[in-house]
Amino acid sequence: MPDLGKYADAVLSSYAVSLGLIVALVVLSILRARKVRSALEEVEARVKKDG
Amino acid sequence: MSSIWEYANPKKFIATTSRLLPWVTGLAVVLMTVGLVWGFFFTPDDFRQGSTVKIIYIHVPAAMMAINTWAMMLVTSLVWIVRRHHVSALAARAAAPIGAVMTVIALATGAIWGQPMWGTWWEWDPRLTSFLILFLFYLGYIALWSAIEDDDTAADLTSILCLVGSVFAILSRYAVNFWNQGLHQGASVLRAGALVGDTEERVSNVFATPLFISMAGFVMLFIALVFLRTQTEIRARRMRALLARERMQ
Amino acid sequence: MIALLLRDLRLAIRAGGGFGLGLAFFLIVVVLVPFGVGPNSSLLSKIAPGILWLGALLACLLSLDRIFALDWEDGSLDLLATAPLPLEAIVSVKALAHWLTTGLPLVIAAPVFGVLLNLPAAGYGPLVLSLLIGTPALSVIGTFGAALTVGLKRGGLLLSLLVLPLYVPTLIFGAEMARRSIEGLSAQTSLLMLAGITSAVIALLPFASAAVLRVNLR
Repeated sequence: MPDLGKYADAVLSSYAVSLGLIVALVVLSILRARKVRSALEEVEARVKKDG
Repeated sequence: MSSIWEYANPKKFIATTSRLLPWVTGLAVVLMTVGLVWGFFFTPDDFRQGSTVKIIYIHVPAAMMAINTWAMMLVTSLVWIVRRHHVSALAARAAAPIGAVMTVIALATGAIWGQPMWGTWWEWDPRLTSFLILFLFYLGYIALWSAIEDDDTAADLTSILCLVGSVFAILSRYAVNFWNQGLHQGASVLRAGALVGDTEERVSNVFATPLFISMAGFVMLFIALVFLRTQTEIRARRMRALLARERMQ
Repeated sequence: MIALLLRDLRLAIRAGGGFGLGLAFFLIVVVLVPFGVGPNSSLLSKIAPGILWLGALLACLLSLDRIFALDWEDGSLDLLATAPLPLEAIVSVKALAHWLTTGLPLVIAAPVFGVLLNLPAAGYGPLVLSLLIGTPALSVIGTFGAALTVGLKRGGLLLSLLVLPLYVPTLIFGAEMARRSIEGLSAQTSLLMLAGITSAVIALLPFASAAVLRVNLR
């Protein structure tokens, strides 16, 4: 851990906020991707069966 | 004949990006890790700014992506208007939230940085102000997408909004510049790359290398996210189309 | 074209058309500000141009959704779209009607409200001039926003979110012009920029509005 001196709070909090936001964006994107993919597969299977 | 427009076919787009996605993701993870770890642990403190200079490895790439995302949306909107490829419109839709998050990151890290350096969280400085306005543009764009049900109508309206918004965003930048000269230093990164400019303002090479790695990492992260989210939008659109057809029968 | 303009004006002036509502809103904003910031008259005279500009902008915003809403509901917008008149002209006429019923009264009322806010004597001329040049831009930009949201059930809030960022340059140059004149600085650049924005917006934005309207009428 480098010595951040008196600005430790500023540096650490900006890394935390930014990485938190990026991780949240990535996780949300992945979750929605999974959800939509499985929902589409379901609908496609149903359409194929009916048609 | 092979051309870039082949990727406008949704199936082809999904197939190609699915193949590329692991590589881009890997590259994003490696570059961001190297850039940020190098920047955080292995660079010296700036003699004036102390350790706050480490914020640059997030602040500058995020600010860069905040603007580049809008530029990318502008290009894909134009492609949609001219050639009417659905993938293009959906890519713009997929990119907007990424741009909004990048804008927030740039603003938040800027505020945290500004507090010890300028003694204030927020200053109505031209750069900060224009980023805030850019954020409002992102909000409006995203809100318009989600307010309209019909896909093609939404794509048309948002792409026109993107064009008009771009003109006004640039106009606002100049207006804000005129309105208040600020505290923020000029864009010093490019000058650091070209090794010109006065030594006082230039970001020196010790900081430049990890910064460029981090910027490349942010670009890769953006590409990976756009691939993934565009795939999602394509599938969601296909699903809506199927459901609509089902209801017709 | 003139017939359409007269029709729009008549509709706006008739009860329920919203004429005068914007003016009343403007008055209320001006009355409420001293309650918010305190009755210190030197402070008020300092922020007066900004308040008057903001009030005019918000009053303008308030009546935007009426530009197309009534015509959309009773279907006359579809008729207008198939009329021999190009849609760009119709959009421009609509913006002009909006300006005549909202912008112009605000410009005329601004000096009266300036008294309430203790506006310095040097400010009246530049303020009225800046509003006179700037408010047409507000109407035209607003027409674009109204065209974007015309088909939506609850478009009002979205409309403000879309239109307000587009108002930023006009607001900056307009308020700046009034402020600089009061402080005795040269206001020429702001005046030229404001006039430039207004003329560019009047010349170009109707095309975007018409394109958007065509999409919405599809």
